Amino acid sequence: MLNIVSISKVFNKGTVNEKKALSGLSLRLDDGDFATIVGSNGAGKSTLFNAIAGSFYVDSGYIELDGNDITYEKEHRRSRYIGRLFQDPLQGSAPHMTIEENLAIAYLRASRDKKPLSRITAAEREKFREQLSLLGMGLEDRMKNPVGLLSGGQRQALTLLMATMVTPRILLLDEHTAALDPATAAKVLDLTKAIVAERHITCLMVTHNMSQALEMGNRTLMMDGGRIVFDVKGEERSKMSVNDLLKKFEQNTGGALDNDRILLSTEEGV
Amino acid sequence: MFLTATIVQTAVETGLIYSLVALSLFLSFTILDVCDLSTDGCYTLGCAVGVMVALTGHPILALPASMAAGVLSGFITGILQTTFKVPSILAGIIVNTGLYTINLMVMGFKSNVALFGTDTVFSLFRGLSESAFWQEWSTLILLIILVTAATLILHWFLGTRVGLSIRATGDSPAMVRASSISPGFMIVLGLCISNAFTGLAGSLIGQYNKMSDINLGTGMVTIALASLIIGTTFSGHSIHMLWKIISVVIGSILYRFIISIALRLNVPTEAFKLVSAVIVAVAIMAPQIKSMVAVRSGRRAEIRQRQNDIAAARSAVKTENTSGRSSESSDKADSSPQKPYDSLNNDANDQMKKGNRENTPKGGKN
Repeated sequence: MLNIVSISKVFNKGTVNEKKALSGLSLRLDDGDFATIVGSNGAGKSTLFNAIAGSFYVDSGYIELDGNDITYEKEHRRSRYIGRLFQDPLQGSAPHMTIEENLAIAYLRASRDKKPLSRITAAEREKFREQLSLLGMGLEDRMKNPVGLLSGGQRQALTLLMATMVTPRILLLDEHTAALDPATAAKVLDLTKAIVAERHITCLMVTHNMSQALEMGNRTLMMDGGRIVFDVKGEERSKMSVNDLLKKFEQNTGGALDNDRILLSTEEGV
Repeated sequence: MFLTATIVQTAVETGLIYSLVALSLFLSFTILDVCDLSTDGCYTLGCAVGVMVALTGHPILALPASMAAGVLSGFITGILQTTFKVPSILAGIIVNTGLYTINLMVMGFKSNVALFGTDTVFSLFRGLSESAFWQEWSTLILLIILVTAATLILHWFLGTRVGLSIRATGDSPAMVRASSISPGFMIVLGLCISNAFTGLAGSLIGQYNKMSDINLGTGMVTIALASLIIGTTFSGHSIHMLWKIISVVIGSILYRFIISIALRLNVPTEAFKLVSAVIVAVAIMAPQIKSMVAVRSGRRAEIRQRQNDIAAARSAVKTENTSGRSSESSDKADSSPQKPYDSLNNDANDQMKKGNRENTPKGGKN
């Protein structure tokens, strides 16, 4: 269970560039919750993710995960139980290292007790192969290839596998399919759905696709000005249409959408 | 003979010692993507510590002692740039500057210390056998053993969990932070190991030359970088780590060969820094020149053919035009558009390519 209590973050405090990125944001995610987040540019979606992952410490408020206060825990320590995917498919994996080596690094999260000077074992290699075959991309036969040779979609699928290899207590997906072509995006999204459902992972996903925001998961959050302005789940959510969501957006933010991508994706009605 | 056996032997021996510094930069510069400029000072530190310990009668102990000194130096460089966020180049320069005084201190505030009359690892190893062959080649054999061991240990290390983490730190910092690895710790650890190699090289060169000098390390970074880059022209895009490491060693030996040839050509010692700089510059430019030449030469025939085709098409269009016009204007039209083609055909390849691009649409319009 993730419990965020009125966190705030101001960037460049005291300068002309002062930016209130998060202002008293509170959020409670139950175990197994899969929430999608929508909001225009600068609403604070990525800042929220960075705060949860620990890229910076928040100015006020606190963050709790499963009853432990992690507000001031270091980023690399949090990443033991927080999985994260970025929008850029090239960010989540090391291009000059082989698929196998990348997976071995992801697997380090589970093998804290293992000797630091040990090498990848045959059993682990078999486990990696098994997991890779689940992606259905034929990567299990290319384990000795450097990751830089893979396509963006393959790399994002691999990163998804790496982030969930050791089941994370919370998975953060920051528009992880936005940079992929529609067919590949659909495939990576299906994989995400399957893995999250199978392992019952608590998940937060940023999207600019309004219909996707209603379709995926069991809860939809809307952000504006560093706060969550709208939170819908259950029956109310299942009855909602994309137009209802857009109306809500205008009501809550006092203005129309400023983001072409959102408008375009709603017109498509995908 | 142009290169005598002694020259070749010396080149290989010093090349092997310098290869340890190149391996050090391979780890910091290539793998960790950190620019560690403390190499010059650290190399001299290794030499000073090695010579001082060897003077007390423990030449073998001098090797780990120098490595430990290197680890300390690397630790400080690492801490400066991770914990205190000093830019990596600046951190290296700061440590390098500080080491100058430290090195003087180690040598008892003398600018050089000689190692005559005491045993070195090389003299001890030579003493193992009396045979003429052993007397001549023992130094080379010892160095080959040491460098092979260093190469294999480095290769083994880079395949372990820590080694993989260090490689990932240089390759994809975002991924490392998302994988529960502390990038700061890995940078410090990597620099410690890298500088241990530099320290060992310093220790060996001190015992090899039987002296330590405060200015010994000057320009070491450039030399090691040159070796590294000559080496990468060998390994190319190979993904095999062992081959990458071995090619760094080969690059270092080759560099010493080039220097030996320069010496053999009676280049005056005053001009030596310039020669070194030119060698380094050429080595760094080599891959780029190679690829430039490869692109051009591979398509030369194709490009020439295309030029001829365009010229033919042009002249065909021109004859059509002139036949439709009056005889007065045809003379002018005849001479003016001809010129670009004449110059094109005589020009160098790059001009051709350029002309090709410029002329194609024009030809279409006509």
